[in-house]
Amino acid sequence: MNLVLTAEQQELRAAVRSFLGTASPLAKVRRDMDSEQGYDPEVYRRLTGELGLAGLVVPEDRGGAGAGHAELAVVLEETGAALLPGPFLATTFAAILLTELGDKELLPGVTAGTTIATVALDADRVLNGAEADVILVIDGGEVRAVRGGDRTPLTTLDPTRRQARAALDGGEVVGASEAAVARARDLFAVALAAEQLGVLRATLDAIVAYSKIRVTFGRPIGSYQGVKHKLADMHCRLEQAESIVRFAAWAADESAGELPAAAALAQAYVGRACFETARDSLLLHGGIGFTWEHDAHLYYKRAKCDEVLLGPTRVHRTRLADLLEL
Amino acid sequence: MEQVEYRRRARTWLEENAGARAEADPGTDGLAAARAFMAALHDAGYSGITWPKQWGGQGLTQAEERAFAAEARDFTLPTYVFSIGLGMCGPTLVDLGTDAQRARYIRPLLRGEEIWCQLFSEPGAGSDVAALQTRAVPADGGWIVNGQKVWTSVAQHADFGLLLTRTDVDVPKHQGLTMFIVDMRAPGVTIRPLTDMTGHARFNEIFFDDVQIPAESLVGEVNGGWKCAVTTLLHERLSISAEVGMSGQKDNPATFAALRKAVDTSDPLVRDQLVELHIRSRALALFNQRLAQETKAGIFPGARGSAAKLLLAELTNFSADLAVSLVGPEAVAYDDDSGGGGLAGAIALAPAMSLGGGTNEIMRNIIGDRVLGLPPEPRLDKTVPFKDLKVGTQS
Repeated sequence: MNLVLTAEQQELRAAVRSFLGTASPLAKVRRDMDSEQGYDPEVYRRLTGELGLAGLVVPEDRGGAGAGHAELAVVLEETGAALLPGPFLATTFAAILLTELGDKELLPGVTAGTTIATVALDADRVLNGAEADVILVIDGGEVRAVRGGDRTPLTTLDPTRRQARAALDGGEVVGASEAAVARARDLFAVALAAEQLGVLRATLDAIVAYSKIRVTFGRPIGSYQGVKHKLADMHCRLEQAESIVRFAAWAADESAGELPAAAALAQAYVGRACFETARDSLLLHGGIGFTWEHDAHLYYKRAKCDEVLLGPTRVHRTRLADLLEL
Repeated sequence: MEQVEYRRRARTWLEENAGARAEADPGTDGLAAARAFMAALHDAGYSGITWPKQWGGQGLTQAEERAFAAEARDFTLPTYVFSIGLGMCGPTLVDLGTDAQRARYIRPLLRGEEIWCQLFSEPGAGSDVAALQTRAVPADGGWIVNGQKVWTSVAQHADFGLLLTRTDVDVPKHQGLTMFIVDMRAPGVTIRPLTDMTGHARFNEIFFDDVQIPAESLVGEVNGGWKCAVTTLLHERLSISAEVGMSGQKDNPATFAALRKAVDTSDPLVRDQLVELHIRSRALALFNQRLAQETKAGIFPGARGSAAKLLLAELTNFSADLAVSLVGPEAVAYDDDSGGGGLAGAIALAPAMSLGGGTNEIMRNIIGDRVLGLPPEPRLDKTVPFKDLKVGTQS
């Protein structure tokens, strides 16, 4: 089991962090989330085309980078920390599902960034459903690719990532395998946990930095144990969340038998840990954290939407109990 | 390659020589066996692996020490009674002792011939150990000591102790401390077992009544004791963090594995509580594994070990609490000969994990200050002469 990033993975992290820091800083995230499309297609194009990140786990013979889920986790942690708007996570889900199904038709376009794809986890609420060229619909073990049809944008709590209601009839069958679909669902859970880890880390970093400079009653708030001890507990959550994400990503790459329980553990722990940390970070900012102009609410909202994206925590806890044969 | 060979040889030696269980109080027979084991360990070259050759160590590197520790993890070594000497007192003397002290004490310590204890904490000075009040005053070329120490593990077997005393009350508290080696059999030293809330005497309280200490037993400089104590405590944390999460859970009745057999899992509330225990246990186990992998890769965890310690304390209290609640009345009232009482023992022992080796609050301060780099709290005690400072519960 490998729970520590390799030198190459650290380089990947630095490269993605550096790219997002320049191409999609938070000030730009705010502009993009208010734009008509809700994201900057140019950033998405560079992320997929130039950096090749949409096809990270796609095999090389299908146009991807042939990297592992450990590398994907490193990337999603950064897109999460940056609150990257747009369909990157949705496309990643689609690439995972298509890869598991052995697809050869759609993957090249998805990998190149020319086809925006998503997976309908719920017909009434499709992640980036309005922006996607292709919606993958799961019917038992069969997966269909639906193009066009009615798409109705929804109002979302998280302004940085949109959802839509979509007509999911018809389309062509791109693959059929219950095992592949089941494994893909576990891989979604791991991928989402990586994004949540990034959100968690960013919200902790933000409040740690603020508590060093914000002064009340004559001294920095971070010097008060009432604040310091909360931050210490948040740090403990981060350490455990990171350990679980590294483990789950390792299981995705190296230990298929351990993946289902690792994926359920990842969503059961990291989903909550991420929201609780985003909430505590916002609260410790004081009144400014409740304002629209401060970024704390964007992370808080992303954290809550992520927590329920693959079903609420109880779903993952029940799955974990089943897998443990309780 | 050499490392692989070193590990292989260590494993072979352990397979041939280890096996006895470590007991908190080994008794007379156990003590003799433990001493014999230490002598054999030293003869084989595995006692004091990183300590200087000149004083009886092996003069090797952390790599060999870690390699041996990794192999030793699969065995139960009867070294508990020597752990304070090996983990704290010995390394302090190697770092700060005189050559005469090193020549006199290190080799017998490494061979298990002499047992050491550490005498820092007092009833009024636990987390705030620099507030200690045991006095040492100069007399006849040496020193006379009066005072009380507490929480002293293995003192009932100890030949020597590393003693921290106050030698100047007119300066701020950190500047008036001095460290000595004390002969635990000297006249005026009284060792009393201290019974803890589980009913066992896991440690002792020590009284010093006009105990004479010769001048050559001074460690470091007069009034330079805080620097010595910091060295000792650093070694303590290192030796504890090397152990955190590594101890066997086999006999613990409050684990997920034990509880799932003891309770009705068809009740969805019970199921969910067990899942919570599983999640927390896995989260901490994976964190500990990650820290171990980082250490192996040369990334020193430093103060992050305090997070592992805090989480272990919280998990221990949570699981014992949950276990008793799930099992119900039979966990707390039982026939002595029924084999019951495991969970009563677990809930009674649980607070120890939060109190020993730094309380949860102290761990949170360490994480805040040293991991997150938060500003320290303003201190009242750093500039005031000790005699004007309120300490412990004195009014």
